[in-house]
Amino acid sequence: MSQQIVPVKTYLFVFASLIGLTLLTTGVAFLDLGRFNTVVALLIAFCKMLLVVFFFMHLRHSSGLVKVVLLAGFFWLALLISLTTADYRTRSWTSSPNAWSTTAPPTHP
Amino acid sequence: MRTRRKRGLAVTELETHAAHTGLAHQFQNLDQQQDADTLGIWVFLVTEIMFFGGVFAAYAIYRGFYFAAFEGGSHILDVRLGAFNTVALLGSSLTMALSVRSAQSGNRRALVLFLILTMILGGVFLGVKAYEYDQKFVEHVVPSLDWAPEGAVLARLAPGGLEHAELYFIFYFAMTGLHALHMIIGMGLLLWLVLRSRKGSFTPSYFAPVEVVGLYWHFVDIVWIFLFPLLYLIGGRY
Repeated sequence: MSQQIVPVKTYLFVFASLIGLTLLTTGVAFLDLGRFNTVVALLIAFCKMLLVVFFFMHLRHSSGLVKVVLLAGFFWLALLISLTTADYRTRSWTSSPNAWSTTAPPTHP
Repeated sequence: MRTRRKRGLAVTELETHAAHTGLAHQFQNLDQQQDADTLGIWVFLVTEIMFFGGVFAAYAIYRGFYFAAFEGGSHILDVRLGAFNTVALLGSSLTMALSVRSAQSGNRRALVLFLILTMILGGVFLGVKAYEYDQKFVEHVVPSLDWAPEGAVLARLAPGGLEHAELYFIFYFAMTGLHALHMIIGMGLLLWLVLRSRKGSFTPSYFAPVEVVGLYWHFVDIVWIFLFPLLYLIGGRY
């Protein structure tokens, strides 16, 4: 439940952190970190998300049920992205699907 | 402790004035109703996570396939406008959080003020977005409607392959367009809240609509928190 009244100072501090992280992620994009540019950008975005979820969306004061629902949501999102990516990454390891598409369809007597 | 006592009083009061306090008849008291409302919007937001998640997954796949083209496309966007919009949207999240807080503490004037501020910041975001969309037409990088990049833009996009750059802009318009649609719906909900709170419909014991719209608005903010680096920054500007 979010009946608890959070002090304005907390909100302002969270907002200042969010702005700071926005400037940081913009600044880091101008540095050459190779493939770590993407990793750093996503990490910063993830931190910003946690700030919004825990403070602005009051997850800190939410019931355990709400937390489980949100966790389940992220679990399914992780499944969606990881399984899809795994499929595309490994598809070329085996030539079978290509072979299927190039051979003539089987004829049934 | 004080708020808890106050809440207790409000609950006994509402049993006699249920019609005025916003308690629906299927709930025993406002606390139970608020719990159900909050859980309901979170379940909806989880479906939204999956909805946007599908688009993000597709983006991840194609960005892996055509990295150079996506990098080129990303360079056409104006980082300053994207960063400005991020700040505007984060600001609107702050004013939204303060709206909920004002509703909790029963300050009607502050509630209306912060809701209107949230709408203004949302309007600023949509205005900048509209300008950016217009720029895409000026640069002729609108997939299928106006796809004829030339000059410096063409030089930027050509190395990655033009048709794959077009794919990047399809993702750009689909993702920012879906996000902007959510913002427009949010603006409508905010207007509804402003009208209701001016009438004094919300009290410290009944403000679930403000809370629920607030959660939705913060979710839309989070989507942009990920869209900004993925569309504007990834690919590097060095």
